[in-house]
Amino acid sequence: MGRIFFFIAEAFRALRRSASPSLAAIVTVVMTTLLLGVFIPVIKASSTTTQNVQSQLALYVYMFPDSTTKQAKAAQKEINKIPHVERTDFVSKQEGLKQLRAEVGKGAIGQGITQLHGKNPLPLAVVVHPDNANNLRSIQNAIVPPGPNGKPKPISPAIEEVNNGQKAADTIRTVTNAVKIILSVIAVLLLIISLMLIANTIRLSIYARRREVEVMRLVGATNWFIRWPFVIEGLIVGLAGAGIAVAMLWVGKVTIIDPLSQNFALIDNFSTVGFVPLIIVLLGASVVVSMIGSGIVLRRFLRI
Amino acid sequence: MSLLPTRRRRRRAAEDRTERSHDDAPVAAPARPPIVELRDATVVYHGGHVALERVSFGIERGEFVFVVGPTGCGKSTLIRTLIGEVPASSGQVLIAGHDVDRLPKRRIPHLRRRIGTVFQDFKLLPNRTVYDNVAYTLKVTGAGRGDIRRKVPEILRLVGLQGKVHNYPDQLSGGEQQRVAIARAFVNHPPLLLADEPTGNLDPETAIGIMQLLYRINRTGTTLLVVTHNREMVDKMRRRVLALDEGRLVRDQVTATYDEESTSEFGVRVRAEMGVREGHTNGEAAVSPPPRS
Repeated sequence: MGRIFFFIAEAFRALRRSASPSLAAIVTVVMTTLLLGVFIPVIKASSTTTQNVQSQLALYVYMFPDSTTKQAKAAQKEINKIPHVERTDFVSKQEGLKQLRAEVGKGAIGQGITQLHGKNPLPLAVVVHPDNANNLRSIQNAIVPPGPNGKPKPISPAIEEVNNGQKAADTIRTVTNAVKIILSVIAVLLLIISLMLIANTIRLSIYARRREVEVMRLVGATNWFIRWPFVIEGLIVGLAGAGIAVAMLWVGKVTIIDPLSQNFALIDNFSTVGFVPLIIVLLGASVVVSMIGSGIVLRRFLRI
Repeated sequence: MSLLPTRRRRRRAAEDRTERSHDDAPVAAPARPPIVELRDATVVYHGGHVALERVSFGIERGEFVFVVGPTGCGKSTLIRTLIGEVPASSGQVLIAGHDVDRLPKRRIPHLRRRIGTVFQDFKLLPNRTVYDNVAYTLKVTGAGRGDIRRKVPEILRLVGLQGKVHNYPDQLSGGEQQRVAIARAFVNHPPLLLADEPTGNLDPETAIGIMQLLYRINRTGTTLLVVTHNREMVDKMRRRVLALDEGRLVRDQVTATYDEESTSEFGVRVRAEMGVREGHTNGEAAVSPPPRS
């Protein structure tokens, strides 16, 4: 018990003595943890979105507004004959409206939809599900083959437009991938910087305490007795930084994210990480990083 | 390793050596191994500098031995070898029968706890008080708080620094710093005390005070190995002298047969022989007459 107090006392003594490098390390850890605390939910959310888009990959075949249900059903029959089409869904005007309402929620757009006064401007549509997302393009070409004069000529005159979800999905995927890569690179860089700054703090501390270390060694302190104060010093830096960052994240969540998510379906809908697991991950990472930081330095600079 | 040698044993050890130097007749091996023994020990530093060359000697428990020689003769290397800091390239270095170089690395700290070492540059911690400097040794070797509270004032009294407990090293004279270093080395009452130039840079009176302190520690049964180049002091001490020259042991002798003296008798005699008047204490706390042993 006395030993633990000795180690902690020595660690704090060292931190006090080299206040400015310790502070620099703590601030870096705060920044890193803070950014990780933001990045992890964002990355998680963006990959969820991509998954959603991918699962929704389908062709939306819209009919002319004045086409009848009979014409539309005939078109659906034609489409069903195309190879690689797994199934098709007929979307009536009412169903279309229902789906739209579900998508926009009860916000301003939802309010607008209720003011249609019984009119329904939506066209009839057929949703085409391919057996494989890669066959979307060939199916689309089959539905709207290029005519003899170069102009596209749909297989049924009722068809006005084919909306390909692929393009949107591709764009989203590219963007999210880029975001993911950039954020990951920044996060890794920040982790490395934190590691190096913690290592630097410990190195300075070893240098500042080289006389103590020498005396400890010569009067017969065991190797771990000499090492522990430095390890604890690294841990204090890591945990202090992570603690401050977590507090800031919590304040941010309560004051910014929570009120926003009540108004914006977008934020609320993203399935991200829970706050408590996030905190545990961040604190765990800071402990690991500070341990590695002090470990590297002790191995290199503390010859016992 | 704890030991309390009698005067008889000490004298017998001295006689053994004189016998050995007279004729090389083998003597019966002592029941316990010598506290320090070097067998053909050679130390070569990186770069090929030979610091010790085939040095062999043994030190019995309770002896007071001087190691003399010019600068660079390997005196300090000898101390560093004994505490396991510098390995012997060949030969053996034995402490109480244990080969230092064959000790597992994790046992070295425990070896050092049983050997008190007074370093030439004291190695005191400048930002800690006298008390804390001494207590530090106990703390880092895992002593309990009660132990520290009991032992530190006791040892500071022994070295005559009870009035300077809360001073910092830079507020002390050279002799006082040396006493702190000795207190730190001796606080665990190790059976073996090594001192590297304990009287270097000290005026004669202060040097005698330090020697008196070491003499007193020796009388508690601790074996002393003192490295010095203070030939005059060595001659007056009339103890065994090992002379090193360029890493080789060139002399191993008792300067003169010596009688048992009390610490104060010792002090008076050495002062008289060196022509130093008592009273010029240079800020040193005078060593009080020892309790009769």
